[in-house]
Amino acid sequence: MGIRDILSSMFGLGRKQEFTPNETSKGGTVKKIEINPMTRLEGHGKIAIFLDDAGNVDDAFFQTVEFRGYEKFLQGMPIEEVPRTVSTVCGVCRGVHFLAAMKASDNVYGVTPPPTGRKLRELFYTAHTVEDHCVVLYALGFPDFVVGPGAPAGERNIIGLIQKVGADTGKLVLRKRSLAVKIFELLGGKPNHPVAALPGGWSKRLTEEERSQVEKWAEELVELGKLTMQVFDDVVLKNPEYMKLVTGDMFKVEVGHMGSVDDRGRVAYYDGTQKVIDASGKVVGTFQGKEYLDFIAERVLPWSYLKFPYNKKLGGWDGIKEGPDTNIYCVGPLARLNVADGMNTPLAQEHYEKFHSTFGARPVHYILGYHWARAIEMLNAAERCLELARDPEITGEDTWNQPTSCTGEGVGIIEANRGTLIHHYQTDQDGIVTRANLIVATTHNNAPINLAVKKAAKHFIKDGNVSEALLNHVEMAFRPYDLCLACATHTVTGGGTPLEISVYKPGGELYRTLKNF
Amino acid sequence: MADKIKFAFLLAGGCAGCEMALVDMAEKLVDALEHLEVVFWAPTVADVKYQDLEAMEDKSIDLAFVDGMIRNSENAHTVKVLRAKSKTLVAFGACATLGGIAAMGDMHSKEELFNEAFKDTFSTDNPEGVLPTPQYLLDGKYDLTLPAFTDRVYTVDQLVEVDYFVGGCPPHHDFVAAAVQAIVAGNLPPKGSWLTSGKAVCDVCKRNPAAKGQERLEVGEVFRTVDGRPDPDKCLLQQGYICFGPVTQGDCGASCLNVNIPCRGCGGPMPGVKDYGARCISAIASSLKDDATAQKMVDKFNNMAKLVYRYSFSSGILNQKLPPKEKSKA
Repeated sequence: MGIRDILSSMFGLGRKQEFTPNETSKGGTVKKIEINPMTRLEGHGKIAIFLDDAGNVDDAFFQTVEFRGYEKFLQGMPIEEVPRTVSTVCGVCRGVHFLAAMKASDNVYGVTPPPTGRKLRELFYTAHTVEDHCVVLYALGFPDFVVGPGAPAGERNIIGLIQKVGADTGKLVLRKRSLAVKIFELLGGKPNHPVAALPGGWSKRLTEEERSQVEKWAEELVELGKLTMQVFDDVVLKNPEYMKLVTGDMFKVEVGHMGSVDDRGRVAYYDGTQKVIDASGKVVGTFQGKEYLDFIAERVLPWSYLKFPYNKKLGGWDGIKEGPDTNIYCVGPLARLNVADGMNTPLAQEHYEKFHSTFGARPVHYILGYHWARAIEMLNAAERCLELARDPEITGEDTWNQPTSCTGEGVGIIEANRGTLIHHYQTDQDGIVTRANLIVATTHNNAPINLAVKKAAKHFIKDGNVSEALLNHVEMAFRPYDLCLACATHTVTGGGTPLEISVYKPGGELYRTLKNF
Repeated sequence: MADKIKFAFLLAGGCAGCEMALVDMAEKLVDALEHLEVVFWAPTVADVKYQDLEAMEDKSIDLAFVDGMIRNSENAHTVKVLRAKSKTLVAFGACATLGGIAAMGDMHSKEELFNEAFKDTFSTDNPEGVLPTPQYLLDGKYDLTLPAFTDRVYTVDQLVEVDYFVGGCPPHHDFVAAAVQAIVAGNLPPKGSWLTSGKAVCDVCKRNPAAKGQERLEVGEVFRTVDGRPDPDKCLLQQGYICFGPVTQGDCGASCLNVNIPCRGCGGPMPGVKDYGARCISAIASSLKDDATAQKMVDKFNNMAKLVYRYSFSSGILNQKLPPKEKSKA
């Protein structure tokens, strides 16, 4: 088995697309198109597209089809047991629910970790960010840039990507990524679904021997970050055709943005202040902790298991709309780079400046920019990981401030790899969970994804002609958000799933089917 | 070299953490793939199609892994198809073997789960009290459908015959590598077995008193992890920190204990035990010193089911929570 196959199986998702006419009968206006389920995302979703009598897109819906109910079954558990339990919301974002619940548990007990405990948490999270962004970029994001919409779809995957960057580079990336997982496991206890959280700290001390090992690994992660920026530069930025795509209106979604910033306004992941801007870039406000309830409400619509958050500071629910007046907003790497004034490490800062000078106007609404922002964040996290590994305080003995009382309520907000993640718990006086609320990155992005999908559908469906390229472009429209539907609905189906578009004639008769499996 | 083993991997309903356990094998996976021909790995390998799987000859796949639970009809269908096509089927990870964390949803009714998520949560805006519905006609013209749930969570072996079980949430990648190696070498136990070292977490835990020639004493205290700082070298259970190491497969290398956190049983029961939670509570209770200590444990962990059945509710003998009308019939 060659390196391409190996990489394909490790990062997954290399695949071939086929166009399968399901039925040969001619005539009749296409009425309903269903895309179900979707590939290269974690979780389970489907897209339904409705056409008018002329065969043009009337409306399109991105639906999330499954649901698990963590909010209910976390009730009755001691809050300190919640992080390791709620981590299983997603095994790809293998540490973010753990971290958000852990921060909430700090507040439930009214304790803050000592400096060493806090730094261990952050070191853990930087390693997680590097490995997760790495998977997402190389398996999901980069392939879209390697070939444009005109190229054969079968090449638009990890295999096509490796052909561009070379097998040796692919091998190198895999090995370096595994070092980030080693740091994650060393600090978190398990390589996935970690356990080392304590309200007010961290249960694992780092010895000097371990620290020096982590430092060596972190040096390699910085190299991985630099290499990734180089790949992005070579493959995308130096290619005018791809840049046309990146800055094209077909992949532009004009909504507000939200992300965490530190005390100097720079991108923050583990802890910061939430900064919210509207679609024109004006600051709507900032918040921390429970103040999220002043900014965010989640609308329930009967056709999706995923709720639709909106910025309630900008008015009540007004539907899924884009434009300067919308109260819909997005989160994730692009949103973070839009709300922040810079990055907290030197190399990432250089790329941040290049990013914004390339796009010009702020905020950047071009959603393919998510991939670029993700690459910059990966370098940023690697640089920060190395800083922390060299911090003398990281090997301190004092990793935990033990709780002495219980406040009965706590909110934990982190910038998960896919965007703002909010966990909110109420407990009884013994710290036993009585209520839980989770707002997940992909949930914030639910309405923007609907907008992106509709735009791509409109572009590719004209007068009843359903272009074969529809499949790819609808996928390209949702993939920048790096959908994690497992996270979003706390659903049961993880992993990507094959994509099928069913096209219906009036009366519901199946006309034909597009498949990639 | 002998022919490669035809290998398949299917994700049913799960979080994809078990998939990542294979990815995390990194170089070891590369070695393993020298012996494995991946014929189906939905959805992660190129050129593999569901209809290809359906078109395969029965028993044409040598070895198939399934991770995740059975939560909807699609999960059930693909698992059944894979079973028919495979000589050897392995239930892989906590969800596939025991139900997993999300099986705790069956401790509540579907109505409770839905009302909490879509009506009662703090940030929900739902003035008309709508719930997602399997079929909905929006604005009188958009007919939108969602799949409905199965009545409860099922483990893979509750649906089809399973040849081997692998525990862990997820299985540790080093153990996966060892298991794959054993499979490649044809070094397999009788069908129906767990693929495990057979050692409990305690057996591989460096805190085990037996490893230091010390006697195991009765446990006279009960602590949650927030209650104090355990001695980093001594057995957590002996110190009163309730730990499931004695009854849990230790193929993880006692990884939670390595960071001073007690085991919660994700590795699954020791071979021969059907109901993990019942075995767990009986083992823990019998290590407690007296009734007063047992009472302490009940006070500290007042939802015992969510403690001892955290990963294993579907495989236990307790029923799920039933809706009120059925309950009144009972």
